[in-house]
Amino acid sequence: MDTIKVVAAIILTIYLFPFLSFGFQSDELLVDDEEFGLEGAPQPRFPEPTSTRSAPVTTATRKRHSDLDSDSKIEFSLDHAFGDSDFSPAGTFSARIKTWSHGGQTLTKLRFSRNNFTNEEQKKFKNLLESDDFYRIRLPSNVLSPPGRDFIISSVKARCLPREGLDEHFVIHMEGVNVLAVNYGSPGSCSYPRNLKLPVKWSFSSYTVLKNSEQAPRAPIFTEEILGGENGGGEVVQPPERSFWAKYWMYLIPLGLIIMNAITQAMNMPEEQATGQVAGTVQRGPSSAARRR
Amino acid sequence: MAIRSFFVPFLLFALCFYSSLTPVLSLYEDQVGLMDWHQQYIGKVKQAVFSTQKTGRRRVIVSTEENVIASLDLRHGEIFWRHLLGSDDVIDGIDIGLGKYVITLSSGGSVLRSWNIPDGQMVWESFLQGPKHSKSLLLVPTNLKIEKDNVIVVFSNGRLHAVSCIDGEVLWNKDFEAESFEAQQVIQPPGSDLIYVIGFAASSQFEMYQINARNGELLKHERATFSSGFLREVSLVSSETVVALDSTGSILLTISFQNGEISFQQTPISNLVEDPSGPAAILPSSVPGIFAIKTNAFTIFIRVIGEGKLEVVEKTNHETTVSNALPISEGQQAFALVQHAGSEIHLAVKISHDWDGNLLKESIKMDQQRGLVHKVFINNYIRTDKSHGFRVLIVMEDHSLLLLQQGAIVWSREDGLASIIDVTASGLPVERDGVSVAKVEHNLFEWLKGHMLKLKGTLMLASPQDVAAIQSMRLKSSEKSKMTRDHNGFRKLLVVLTRAGKLFALHTGDGRIVWSHFLQSLHKSGTCQSPIGLNLYQWQVPHHHAMDENPSVLVISRCGPCSDAPAVLSFVDTYTGKELNSLSLVHGVVQVIPLPYTDSTEQRLHLLIDSDKHAHLYPTTSEALRIFKREFSNIYWYSVEDHNGIIKGHALKCKCTGEVADEFCFDTRDLWSVVFPSESEKIIATVTRKLNEVVHTQAKVVADQDVMYKYISRNLLFVATVAPKGSGEIGSVTPEESWLVAYLIDTVTGRILHRVTHHGAQGPVHAVFSENWVVYHYFNLRAHRYEMSVIEIYDQSRADNKDVWKLVLGKHNLTSPISLFSRPEVITKSQSYFFTHSVKAIAVTSTAKGITSKQLLIGTIGDQVLALDKRFLDPRRSVNPTQAEKEEGIIPLTDSLPIIPQSYVTHALRVEGLRGIVTVPAKLESTTLVFAHGVDLFFTQLAPSKTYDSLTEDFSYALLLLTIVALVAAIFVTWRLSERKELQDKWR
Repeated sequence: MDTIKVVAAIILTIYLFPFLSFGFQSDELLVDDEEFGLEGAPQPRFPEPTSTRSAPVTTATRKRHSDLDSDSKIEFSLDHAFGDSDFSPAGTFSARIKTWSHGGQTLTKLRFSRNNFTNEEQKKFKNLLESDDFYRIRLPSNVLSPPGRDFIISSVKARCLPREGLDEHFVIHMEGVNVLAVNYGSPGSCSYPRNLKLPVKWSFSSYTVLKNSEQAPRAPIFTEEILGGENGGGEVVQPPERSFWAKYWMYLIPLGLIIMNAITQAMNMPEEQATGQVAGTVQRGPSSAARRR
Repeated sequence: MAIRSFFVPFLLFALCFYSSLTPVLSLYEDQVGLMDWHQQYIGKVKQAVFSTQKTGRRRVIVSTEENVIASLDLRHGEIFWRHLLGSDDVIDGIDIGLGKYVITLSSGGSVLRSWNIPDGQMVWESFLQGPKHSKSLLLVPTNLKIEKDNVIVVFSNGRLHAVSCIDGEVLWNKDFEAESFEAQQVIQPPGSDLIYVIGFAASSQFEMYQINARNGELLKHERATFSSGFLREVSLVSSETVVALDSTGSILLTISFQNGEISFQQTPISNLVEDPSGPAAILPSSVPGIFAIKTNAFTIFIRVIGEGKLEVVEKTNHETTVSNALPISEGQQAFALVQHAGSEIHLAVKISHDWDGNLLKESIKMDQQRGLVHKVFINNYIRTDKSHGFRVLIVMEDHSLLLLQQGAIVWSREDGLASIIDVTASGLPVERDGVSVAKVEHNLFEWLKGHMLKLKGTLMLASPQDVAAIQSMRLKSSEKSKMTRDHNGFRKLLVVLTRAGKLFALHTGDGRIVWSHFLQSLHKSGTCQSPIGLNLYQWQVPHHHAMDENPSVLVISRCGPCSDAPAVLSFVDTYTGKELNSLSLVHGVVQVIPLPYTDSTEQRLHLLIDSDKHAHLYPTTSEALRIFKREFSNIYWYSVEDHNGIIKGHALKCKCTGEVADEFCFDTRDLWSVVFPSESEKIIATVTRKLNEVVHTQAKVVADQDVMYKYISRNLLFVATVAPKGSGEIGSVTPEESWLVAYLIDTVTGRILHRVTHHGAQGPVHAVFSENWVVYHYFNLRAHRYEMSVIEIYDQSRADNKDVWKLVLGKHNLTSPISLFSRPEVITKSQSYFFTHSVKAIAVTSTAKGITSKQLLIGTIGDQVLALDKRFLDPRRSVNPTQAEKEEGIIPLTDSLPIIPQSYVTHALRVEGLRGIVTVPAKLESTTLVFAHGVDLFFTQLAPSKTYDSLTEDFSYALLLLTIVALVAAIFVTWRLSERKELQDKWR
């Protein structure tokens, strides 16, 4: 697994090499989405949301600094609670801290190891499932000095988790080394009404995603273009050629209606004539008979 | 029938299309005032000075708590002119200089301005600096001159200034550097060249400075110490004597500083009154020889008889208010005294040295709904028989302003309406047989005449007189101000709660006050010293099966400013303005959650969260409890702690576990929390969708026949945070250290659905949330311009329902219930545009069914309301939209949002001090009612896509009739002609 990553990093470096040598190099603190699956866990089955807008610049920046930056490893714990019980340790997140040359710190390479439920915890969880109550988790709000200002709490109805085993999905929103919020829940949908369903396996399969803030697109600035256009002068923008229908639909529709009307009338007319003729023959019938007579 | 049912939507569509081509909403000149009304107010009067020169109109100049300086007509109470100073420019004092200028001191004593009385033009303005912050005092002596210049004496920011009245130049100034010196009074004895500045230093030292008024030279500085300290308030009883209270409020001190010598005289209050009952306070007044103190139960008037001897002249337990003294003749000063007695007020005008004799004694019947008299200002005039006449201006507890003269109320102004806290709308009663319907047109002739006039107007044949007649006819059409419900739902009552705690019902037709009610719970009383009105909620909106009940509103108020003060609920009938019921609660109220459930009488269930995080259910009936129990596990809410940057989600847990069993009290628990790092983010705005908003369709058909599903959730919260450094004024930080982060948070699970950072952006943020989009306004430091951004959020989990076969076979998930505990699959689209104005408020139009396209209503810095089509804030705008996109109505991308002068909803008017914009849907789908409030009120009807579902009011029925008659006549004529021709043909 690790070797694959190294290879991937090398390929990435090679691929990104052109970005390093020339082009705009922003010294802004840029943030990116990073996702790393859980060790031993299968790769996420669903596409992860990624920011594609400023991706090349972002990666370039990261690479540029990587030589200077120092890494250090940290761990922080995940606590859980069943309903309104007290929190107890449930697992450990481990990650590397990247310190940028401008002082910012971010987390990368997040891994998560989940403790298995003890028998007592299993019992508690079963109770939650039966009463359709909340399973709650919490994280420190600062990973360097836990718990920081306060704990980040998140909860989910326990009945949302069981599938084959117990599936959970974390999206941890970070700002530097601070945890802002965690979106916690089942990786898929949780249909309502929630039905009681016990898991087959009492083990967790967890998916974790680290998320940083996206950059807003800047407001477009057209001033120069407009000025340029004015300088250009003579070029008159041709109105785009419209189709015949787009041009004359307002005439065509009434025309169509009139034609339709005419046709229906014309359809009616022969009918009337036809009936008239029938009547004529009927009338003529006796006379001819009389003649024959 | 079938044809019609086909044709109507087609027509609607066609009209929609037509109106979408002309997005500009505008008004013709002669339509002003037809559907809109504008009312001007000034706010609660703080200070009033009369300008009654022999020539010119009688007027009174007032300064108010809304920071308005206004000149009012003394005869009718109309506004001659008015200036609204900014909210950071609080008026400290006003006076009249040279008889023709109003002098105002504002901004904590640092800005002195002079205004011309006749037209309100500013004459000069000077900035007064000083070494430290202090109380600011303004004194305009009548006859103090320095080299022919009249002088204004200002004490502000620890410095005494003498300013020329002519041009505002500072003639001299004198610093009072003593650290703890606090000036209380600046006195200029008439006829002398001395100025006394008296005040306290430390807690127990009285100081007196004697200053030469000609050059600011310090002549004398005396101090005296009184061991038990002072209360900070003093009352001036003569030009060389003041009265103060000691720090316990039980001993009166008469301090005289004659000839620069300070001497104290102590008189315990208990010597004067037998039962002082608690500490006293001095009522601010400046009547020579007399001052007033107030204890818990009594107001006591005390006369000073030479050498610090005191004598009680009156002790009363009625609410009493005293005016300042008014010199009426040589050595005589009059003052007014207003006392409450039941439903009347007694007004007495006395001469300062003769308490028992009254110059004037009147009793005036006063509306109980106005509360107590808060302030009295007195003015005199010469009667026709050459005796002195007096008029007084009184300010009531509900902030209204009244002029009393000759025992009657000459005029009154409802200036409480200048400070509206909350607004809600209510319907009017249904027209019944008993209710008489005002006839609009009296007879056929008038009806015809009216329409002929309109016809003339349409055909541009009308003379100016006719135009005037048409205009007045339109304005007086009583149809719009009737007191019954109309078919289109244009006539409603706007129920507003003012800061004074008074409820008003305004008719949307003409803006008149239908009823007003001063809530009992918001009266100052023994148990509740400073009641505050908080919010207004619709308590009962009867329809369907509870038609006979009157609708009612719930007013939530609280005793005192802190959130754990006990709350009071009042229920008020909106048809009559009667208070139905009032509940004094034992708990406080931090949050009020109107639940989406109503009981059988259409009373809405409300959940009140107190400061101990208990939830209380109202109404307290078993039926409500039953409904509530059913939805118990589906109730979630959130709370924002913006001081420490935490947003929490809550749910209900179980019954309260207190000693007192309360069925309607529930414990709560925290479900989630979002903690913003305090060093990098600070919450400055949170916005949710309006609870009563209607969304017509979830699907949005985009170009190339594709469908996008809007993510419509009632539980979305928009949060904007900025860097703590950048939360100050615009420009106080560099773009590098300032950013703004916008969040969309699901308030049931606490998931952050979208998060985006704007680097180099700064608050203040104004935002509006509607359907699946949020628009927010902020400042872009890099571009040096304001910007507006839009975020639209779409649901991807339903995106694969595009297959028609799926829909036909019912294999779609469109009808399955949505659970927010599912992992959300959303995509967002966003875009930013530059916007020229800074913004005071943003709202969005709302219509009955949500079909009509939306407009943003932007309260601009110029106190106007601008209507901006939502299509300009479409994130899908691109530089070169494709043909399909153009057909959909996408406007080509521009970098800034257009401001079209015709799209100002307020046309030529200004809503001074604009604070809020409220939109109420009318019954007619195309129309929405807009109410903007600040110091002024403005109301109008808007049709964002034009009135596609009704004929305009000035539709000429006569023209239609005439055309039909002409056509019928033509048919007959041609028939006759053709018949004749046929006959002739046959005879041939």
